[in-house]
Amino acid sequence: MSVMDQETYVTADGRTIGGVLMEMRNISLRFGGVKAITDISFDIREGEIRAIIGPNGAGKSSMLNVISGFYIPQEGEVWYKGAVRPQMRPFEVARQGIARTFQNIALFEGMSVLDNVMTGRLNHMTMGLLSQAIWKGKAEQEEIENREVAEKIIDFLEIQHIRKTPVSRLPYGLKKRVELARALAAQPSLLLLDEPMAGMNVEEKEDMSRFILDVNDEFGTTIALIEHDMGVVMDLSDRVVVMDYGKKIGDGSPDEVRNNQAVIDAYLGVAHD
Amino acid sequence: MGNPSQTAGGLESIPALLQRNAREFGSKAAYREKEFGIWQCWTWAETEKEVEALALGLINLGVNEGDFIAIIGRNRPHFYWSMVAAQSVGAIPVPLYQDSAAEEMAYVLEHCGARFAIVEDQEQVDKVIDVQERLHQFEHMIYIDPRGLRKYDHRALHEFAKVQEQGRAARDEFIQELKDRREKPKFDDQCVMLYTSGTTGKPKGVVLSNRNIIRSAQNASEFDNLGPGDEVLAYLPMAWVGDFIFSIGQAYWTGFCVNCPESPETMMIDLREIGPTYYFAPPRVFETQLTNVMIRMEDAGTLKRALFHHFMDFARTGAGEKYGMPKRSLAKPDLKRRVKQAWKFSMGVGFALEALLENAIRLFFVKLRHPIDTRDHFKARDPLGLYLYPEPVRSYFKYRMGEVLVYGPLKNTLGLSRVRVGYTAGEAIGPEIFDFYRSLGINLKQLYGQTEASVFITVQPDGEVRADTVGVPAPEVEIKITDEGRIFYRSPGTFVEYYKNPESTADTKDAEGWVDTGDAGFFEEGTGHLRIIDRAKDVGKMADGAMFAPKYVENKLKFYPDILEAVMFGNGRDHCVAFINIDLTAVGNWAERNNIGYSSYQELAGHPRVLATIQEHVEAVNRSVAEDPMLSGCQIHRFVVLHKELDADDGEMTRTRKVRRAFVADKFNDIVEALYDGSETVSTVTEVTYEDGRKGTIKATLEIRDAKVVPVEPQKVAAE
Repeated sequence: MSVMDQETYVTADGRTIGGVLMEMRNISLRFGGVKAITDISFDIREGEIRAIIGPNGAGKSSMLNVISGFYIPQEGEVWYKGAVRPQMRPFEVARQGIARTFQNIALFEGMSVLDNVMTGRLNHMTMGLLSQAIWKGKAEQEEIENREVAEKIIDFLEIQHIRKTPVSRLPYGLKKRVELARALAAQPSLLLLDEPMAGMNVEEKEDMSRFILDVNDEFGTTIALIEHDMGVVMDLSDRVVVMDYGKKIGDGSPDEVRNNQAVIDAYLGVAHD
Repeated sequence: MGNPSQTAGGLESIPALLQRNAREFGSKAAYREKEFGIWQCWTWAETEKEVEALALGLINLGVNEGDFIAIIGRNRPHFYWSMVAAQSVGAIPVPLYQDSAAEEMAYVLEHCGARFAIVEDQEQVDKVIDVQERLHQFEHMIYIDPRGLRKYDHRALHEFAKVQEQGRAARDEFIQELKDRREKPKFDDQCVMLYTSGTTGKPKGVVLSNRNIIRSAQNASEFDNLGPGDEVLAYLPMAWVGDFIFSIGQAYWTGFCVNCPESPETMMIDLREIGPTYYFAPPRVFETQLTNVMIRMEDAGTLKRALFHHFMDFARTGAGEKYGMPKRSLAKPDLKRRVKQAWKFSMGVGFALEALLENAIRLFFVKLRHPIDTRDHFKARDPLGLYLYPEPVRSYFKYRMGEVLVYGPLKNTLGLSRVRVGYTAGEAIGPEIFDFYRSLGINLKQLYGQTEASVFITVQPDGEVRADTVGVPAPEVEIKITDEGRIFYRSPGTFVEYYKNPESTADTKDAEGWVDTGDAGFFEEGTGHLRIIDRAKDVGKMADGAMFAPKYVENKLKFYPDILEAVMFGNGRDHCVAFINIDLTAVGNWAERNNIGYSSYQELAGHPRVLATIQEHVEAVNRSVAEDPMLSGCQIHRFVVLHKELDADDGEMTRTRKVRRAFVADKFNDIVEALYDGSETVSTVTEVTYEDGRKGTIKATLEIRDAKVVPVEPQKVAAE
């Protein structure tokens, strides 16, 4: 019927999307009496751009926090790389190859762009504090290797001119890009983007979309993103999950979702009774 | 010199020069490019290998002798190699402006009939693909950056590295053919084709021969004593003749190193890191740099600001010209020179301490004599002066002091510490801007040139530099000036022809080889320096017969950091009016400090306080213009601050950022009319083109301001 049911599928632009990377099974999340997410299931496949959309307060950010392991759902299971994911602390999630950006930028303001990007490499560095402080032999070698990865990402995202600039001096649009760079520096297998285009002007949005597509194309990174801007989402993503009031009301390719009556109602506003 | 039939020692083409450089300077750096945060370096020997591999690859792809190969991208070693590789296989490189829209590219590609294009990245590939259908002869495209191009149809699309790889693989097969083809080009064969930026009409393809390029490069290199130790930063558009002469002609002739910035945005950072010894920039770059310095000084602390202004005022009195100019004849200082520099520096430090001590003593005595109003008496004299020494020793010591405290650090920040020879050309530079750089001790000179002349027509020799002239004729250049003041020249650099345009060729160049510059000027008596009045077609007469020279007044306006661009009108009218573009960086900074909120360029440009500031500037310029009896008619009576920046994408400027006066007058006709009919405001709708070619409109209501003018006696104009 739709792309949902096939083992693998080929996107409109000719990429082949692989098997399931992460699967949400009947997730429910409550904060006290407030039901943030009610019984949601969907999967994220390898190499695809998966969007989660919905009106304000639909539970999108909660969903992303469940995926990133920050919230523990009361019901349901999160399957990651073919196994149920146990309860984990944030750094363990990062080690599993999940990286994210934040809706309200969370960079180290006093550090330079390069240093911020290098923090994304921390999980790939093994030397201890002492040898890093002495910075001889293997520690130096390791730093150089990781710096190379960081520089490639800086080049990729075209932020060379601000390499040494403290983040606090950058405008909003560039900070967002730096945040993406830091997430990418971790070379994640799953990249979570929380409203990557919030508060941007048209030109910045276009640049960001370009970068998201290029990241997916060049590194083959699986991307799950939350976004408000419908136009952007429909152009970018391969499959879309639509949420409203904590429930899943639609799932499928952008075209399928666009023609889904429930989705249209949720966005255009139909009296809920 | 002087013998036109003389060839350059058997070196008759750029590929031949490359062979020589690979032999003679094999292990010396030829190209550097910053990538991944590190300066990557290629020696001349490596360059020769890269060029050979690419040339073999091009033969493999089927490039024929006489083909045109379009080169589209920012300054990168790969593109310089491409040009030389193209010449090695007998093809002619045609560099294009990489920021031109697909439409403009289509015209050039079609006009020259390029079969191949070597482009930078996806953006350029997309542009060429957009117009490809109209180009019948177009066949293959080679790109450097593969990013985002994986899904493209690769039948006629090749990656640069792969082409080189195939070339290396097929070396045995094609090497003989390459050698044959490389030997063929003679001194009078075509070397490169460059399209003019076109202040008027469609761009014209200027054909330059090996003689034009090599002789011009040779003469200019000898004139400025350039050597293999020099460094340049290549950041100006590759399609511009200047870049071809500096980064290929002179670099191959003298064997100096060409450094390419990491990206256009990092140019200022890279400039600092490289510290070129030979530097070239259009006035616009110097203006921007000066604006940035001024903005940052405004934000600096009181002490720093006071020091800066004190020493800059001192340097402008002529001390910079006298004591600051670099005297070394070689790019790389030898030991003696280094010791001398260290000595000078320590002298600077010593005299700074000395001045403090001296002034402490002086203050003590002033206090004894004037116990109550000490401050006034002390302030009345220069607080940083050295009073023990007589002139000119005092000025010399003071300049050394300033070098340590202000000039040196400032030059370092600008990336111009090592500049031995700096040139500005393309447009007239404002005298105030020019003096600022000169007084810092940067040997900035002016030259006057054209694409058609392979750049050099006149240059300023060291020690004879002035803001108001463009220097003496360059070596081997002959100049004649007609009775009406039009400048003609003839030189070994004189172009061959306009491609496929014999009428224009005949209009510009006569049978004896004299070329019409289209500019008006005269030789100054006594010094033999050429003075350019203006583009001949821009200089006009006002209704009362007074001379109208817009450039002169515009440059005065552009000295103010707030003003980015100005366009004056008044030809044939009874008074002058002007359009003004504010500088968003400078005015934005000012607005921030004064708590003025704004959301867009348009809003800021229309802010009453901005208008008031601009009005002050205009009135100051009027006062200064009124002092010159010849030009007192050019005072600006009314002006308007435009709601958009003049932009090359909208056709208002050329790609080299010169204003297309006639186009602007036509496009903003309603505003010009409003300036003359006395109305207070004007409503206008302007079409704008975005970088990707889409169009939009801006609506605005602009306030027209009257500026005070200095009344002048009606001029007795020379009998007309």
